Amino acid sequence: MTDLLAARSQMAMSLGFHIVFAEIGIAMPLMMVLAEWRWRRTGERTYYDLARRWAKGTAVLFAVGAVSGTVLSFELGLLWPGFMRHAGPLIGMPFSLEGFAFFLEAIFLGVYLYGWERVGPRAHLAAGVVVAASGAASAVFVVLVNAWMNTPVGFTLDAAGNFANIDPVTAMRSPAAFQQALHMLLASYAATGMAVAGLHAWMLLRGSASAFHGRALALALCVGGPAAVLQPFSGDLSARVVAATQPVKLAALEGQWETVRGAPLRIGGWPDAAREETRWALEIPRGLSLLAFHDPGAEVQGLRAVPADDRPPVAIVHVAFQMMVGLGSALALVALWAGWVAWRRRKLSSHRPLLRALAIVGPFGFLATEAGWVVTEVGRQPWIVQGFMRTAHAVTPMPGLVAPMATFTVLYLGLGAVVVVLVASLVRETSGARA
Amino acid sequence: MSAGVLGLPEILAAIVVLSLNAYVLTGGADFGGGVWDLLARGPRRGAQRALIASQIGPIWEANHVWLILVVVLLFTAFPAAFAALGIVLHIPLSLMLIGIVLRGAAFVFRSYGARDDAMQQRWGRVFAMASVITPILLGIVVGSVASGAAGAAADRLATTRDASFAAVYLAPWLSPFPLAMGALALAMFAFLAAVYLALATDDGALREDFRRRALGAAAAMFVAAFGGLGVAHMTVPHVSGALIGRGSVAFQAATAVAAIVALWAVWTRRRRTARIAAALQVSLILWGWVLVQYPFVLPPTLTIRAAAAPRATLELLLGALGVGALILFPSLAYLFRTFAAAKQ
Repeated sequence: MTDLLAARSQMAMSLGFHIVFAEIGIAMPLMMVLAEWRWRRTGERTYYDLARRWAKGTAVLFAVGAVSGTVLSFELGLLWPGFMRHAGPLIGMPFSLEGFAFFLEAIFLGVYLYGWERVGPRAHLAAGVVVAASGAASAVFVVLVNAWMNTPVGFTLDAAGNFANIDPVTAMRSPAAFQQALHMLLASYAATGMAVAGLHAWMLLRGSASAFHGRALALALCVGGPAAVLQPFSGDLSARVVAATQPVKLAALEGQWETVRGAPLRIGGWPDAAREETRWALEIPRGLSLLAFHDPGAEVQGLRAVPADDRPPVAIVHVAFQMMVGLGSALALVALWAGWVAWRRRKLSSHRPLLRALAIVGPFGFLATEAGWVVTEVGRQPWIVQGFMRTAHAVTPMPGLVAPMATFTVLYLGLGAVVVVLVASLVRETSGARA
Repeated sequence: MSAGVLGLPEILAAIVVLSLNAYVLTGGADFGGGVWDLLARGPRRGAQRALIASQIGPIWEANHVWLILVVVLLFTAFPAAFAALGIVLHIPLSLMLIGIVLRGAAFVFRSYGARDDAMQQRWGRVFAMASVITPILLGIVVGSVASGAAGAAADRLATTRDASFAAVYLAPWLSPFPLAMGALALAMFAFLAAVYLALATDDGALREDFRRRALGAAAAMFVAAFGGLGVAHMTVPHVSGALIGRGSVAFQAATAVAAIVALWAVWTRRRRTARIAAALQVSLILWGWVLVQYPFVLPPTLTIRAAAAPRATLELLLGALGVGALILFPSLAYLFRTFAAAKQ
């Protein structure tokens, strides 16, 4: 394994680990606040139990998110000093703002978790609202940086090839900024909400404490359901930005090698980089041109338009994209089904086929998120700053990077296993708790 | 180019140090709490651990954000320094991160995990060990920067590619002075924690436990500080020369006064005075380092000015920090007030 590949693997693993906890840190506080709000409004004790239970889960998962986020902030310098040296002044602004958002999140999460008896009811609820809002703000700020890496603006290049005439405000408003931030926020609510709904659906299927899990299921679906249904539309917006600004990434997503008018949409298939063709795909004529440019005759640039050195690993990107779309679509369909059942005023908690479906698609949101990050990150390769800086030029000169990569992999595998066991025991505690 | 001595880069450098100072006084003390968890002894060891956990619980995550702010400010305002540090100090920084991850994760696993005693004990042990290792590594990183070894290794890497791995990636931090600074950081954090903890309980016996621990930590700090000075004199004489040189005599005298007041206040059970004096003493030690290496961000060659980001970035950052502070400080005050009210 080369040092570059080790560094990329460590970063990918760190991000892949953190992103799950980041999403939970964004959506879970909203859910616990909703539960507390229902309790304060209705006086129903079940909602209080639910708020306390979800808060406990949030406490554990937020802490893991906080420490794994710290790792990432250091890894920017440990693995990509060349990138930070040049891009730091351009992308530091959103990171600084994220720092303040994270401060608010941590402060008011402390107040929320430990302040049930210390602060008044309004202050407690408000603290939860601040946690939920600043969590969402953190996500937006961090994604602004990634959007800039995909669609860099706000600078010129001087004679030596360095960034000059730096404008950090313009850099924050890069072409992909809005679409990517929206996509990430919806992903957080969809993945977390549907996963929590899945957990409670599974508990209901096992026949435990139906009032508690029924309320939990309904609230989780209120957060996850609409986000899951809206996400495909947000995905369409994102894809059109990619089509306009990152044609090579778009071609890799679709395994499109030739530049053609009226390009087809490919479902499945395997892009063969050696033969420069995508085989065994189900092709929908003109589908790609229609979706990406809203014009069935639009020209789509193929991978062959750029030298092989400037192409991402096409097979990985294509497969990840298919996974993301497939998993996200399944999630949206099940969310629509749940919405339909609720619309018909039938009881969600005793609708066994729906509960079964919810339990199955529970993890799909997180899996789709991982696939989506592979799409956006691997799809940008070999660039770390699209068109301006190659990942190979950003990596640290330190040799032997496979050692830290292996160390952090072991650390995160261990942590991940512990978290799974812990969350499982938290969920089990509720079974048969209160009917 | 700004002509004044205190231009935008210097102001931002000062804010970086202030953030680090805040981290040391808050997050540092949380690590110190972990040290006392590890060293909990005697009939009240359960009560000692419970007090530590109750004091850290609501605030450690907020305190931890100061470190993230330091990192973010460093790479936004002084990207060249951040890049050089990331390369040369990759190993100690990675080890420190592992400590940070294990400390935080183990603390919540212990607090919220299964009620199983054996499991709780195991996570408590991880939490405590990580609380000891992390401050040592932080001190090592600071010592490596202060000694000029980290900067020299970065310079060497920039000019020649044939420097050995050990010379660039190990020697700058795996040497006597940085290790002495690691010991000093550990003693400082333990001292702060003991002083704070003595103030945080109404239980007289528990209070005495932490008073004695504060005295012990003060002694350790004394040994580490003067031992470090001796090590500096032998291995990095320019640092010890600057520390006791004419320019910093007044500063060192102020540090000594704070140290004496802190010790006296702990001894005579003036717990509030002790907290203020201890915080002042530790802060003065930190600023003493900054004073010695001014105007370098990474001695011996990289100055604050040379490492600074373009003016547009610095101006915006300063503005954002101003607005952020308006939100941050009232929020922090609210947090500390909420959880200080009950313990008095």
